[in-house]
Amino acid sequence: MSPTIAAENPGMLARVKRVNWSNYVVYIGFVVVFLFFAITQTQYFLTGTNLFNIVIQAAPITVMAIGVVFVLSTGEIDLSIGSVVALSALTAAVVLQTTDLWWLAALAGLASGAVIGLVNGVFVTWVRLPSFLVTLATMGLVAGLARQLTELQSVPVTDKVFVFLFGGGNLLGVPIMIWWTAVAVLVGWHLLRQRRYGAHVLAVGDNASAARVSGIRVNRVRLMVFVGSAMTAALAGLLYAGRLQGARYTLGESDLMTVIAAVIVGGTSMFGGKGAVIGALIGSLLMSMINNGLILAGLNVSQQMIVRGIIILVAVSFSLRGKKSS
Amino acid sequence: MTTLGTATVAPVLKLVGIHKKFGGVVAVNRFDLEVRPGEIVALVGDNGAGKSTLVKIISGLYQPSDGEIWLNGEQVNFRDASDARKQGVEVVYQDLALVPDQPVYMNMFLGRELTKGPLKTLDRKRMAKHTQELVDTLEVRIPSAKATLSDLSGGQRQGVAICRATHWASGLVLMDEPTAALGVAETAKVEALIAKLRDRGAAVLLVSHNMDQVFRLADRVAVLRRGQQVAVKPLADTTHNELVAMITGLAS
Ligand SMILES: Nc1ncnc2c1ncn2[C@@H]1O[C@H](COP(=O)(O)OP(=O)(O)O)[C@@H](O)[C@H]1O
Ligand SMILES: [Mg+2]
Repeated sequence: MSPTIAAENPGMLARVKRVNWSNYVVYIGFVVVFLFFAITQTQYFLTGTNLFNIVIQAAPITVMAIGVVFVLSTGEIDLSIGSVVALSALTAAVVLQTTDLWWLAALAGLASGAVIGLVNGVFVTWVRLPSFLVTLATMGLVAGLARQLTELQSVPVTDKVFVFLFGGGNLLGVPIMIWWTAVAVLVGWHLLRQRRYGAHVLAVGDNASAARVSGIRVNRVRLMVFVGSAMTAALAGLLYAGRLQGARYTLGESDLMTVIAAVIVGGTSMFGGKGAVIGALIGSLLMSMINNGLILAGLNVSQQMIVRGIIILVAVSFSLRGKKSS
Repeated sequence: MTTLGTATVAPVLKLVGIHKKFGGVVAVNRFDLEVRPGEIVALVGDNGAGKSTLVKIISGLYQPSDGEIWLNGEQVNFRDASDARKQGVEVVYQDLALVPDQPVYMNMFLGRELTKGPLKTLDRKRMAKHTQELVDTLEVRIPSAKATLSDLSGGQRQGVAICRATHWASGLVLMDEPTAALGVAETAKVEALIAKLRDRGAAVLLVSHNMDQVFRLADRVAVLRRGQQVAVKPLADTTHNELVAMITGLAS
């Protein structure tokens, strides 16, 4: 999923030399980590259920990662996604509790994300503040809103349709979480690689003034990536609420680091202009696999956090170092 | 150099009494100029003389405080830059208005990408094909239309920018110091390309700081000094020293 279409004319050797190996860090890392756990955790890791679990566990992260690919591709950042997860999940759970309408609950959750995304986008484009500061502020603001909403109480989710659609459902023998993952990846890939919108996203991140003089509505593109990112976070919130059959203000708390790491390891540039949707999927699966393997290895939560932090540091420095030297 | 009589061919661009004020500052004062097909007109002047302001007015980035712009025989009024672009005004900037991480063909079609099918997916094949044809016709040597722009040299990139401008222009190409960021050899290649455009009938308005370049390329020269139009004359009728004197306002 490198945005570079290798020239077809130059010889094979030239092509191999021109390949930017940092784009493949995620695939290499994936295989290495997979083999490591397969060898050290033979009994459980390689079982079909466990491998399925890795993908299912990764679903909310993957969905968010797709949104973040677009944000980073324009050279911006969105730190508020973790908080939006909690806000969306709680909004949906509360609406469900009061109305018993699963679709209204889902819409309300997504709408809460859309609103936060609009706020982020408006402050970045109209007020012209750096997205780092804007989303740092909304991260705190939204976390506060989520706590306020139910005064720190968790809210159960029992609606059968909601739990089926956003949690434990199964369609044509495939878990619903995998369907959501597939939909998010396909839509993201189509938008980024196949549509003019994606070309404009990459152009804005690459050289915003060139994009502007070429007639691209730069601010509109920027606004859209923030709305998109917040809406994928809101969808992730629904997926957590459905899977855990309840919502709590702590949902999504630790997801920001995981998502950003998955996206960067996947080959998306932190500085804009390069985005990789499939890479983000593999990156998310890699993060999920690391999580899974560490639990199987019997590490406690604090040990997991330490090891995960180290692994992310190593993986990210590999993918970024490769970029600079190329 | 040009074989076209000055009065016989209708101008592609005609400026009448163009005036631009920024607050109290007069950046351009009653500027008149005609640029005909197959002609390169150089626009020279010291820093702050008003050259870029004039280019920005013609390309719709600024609105003139007064005066008329005529394009291909019709008076035009550009609301903004994309309006000017739609009417066939193209600009080549010195600082390369291109996106380096994208392939050449995406740069060529930036903001005007070709699509296909009911889903309106990008038609990369057709964009690459058109791009290849264009760079081949203008003999801009690049490895491939699919090459990533950042893999090209500065001269090749400016070549791509000029190809793009030529492709979309309806006869008029504005160039604001197109070789200012290039080395000697690359400048020569880009100059050859500009000359080729002229030979193919384009009207070129070329802002340049380089007097040798002006003498090598241009048919006529317009001199600006602190917003005032000092002269418009064929290069055959002037000398290097006279031009410098007109630019600086000091007798040589
Ligand atoms: N956007 C602007 N606002 C105010 N003054 C401007 C603006 N653009 C240009 N000027 C002024 O107009 C004059 C001409 O500038 P410019 O056209 O950039 O000159 P040149 O390109 O010949 O060096 C200068 O005095 C400059 O300060
Ligand atoms: Mg200038």
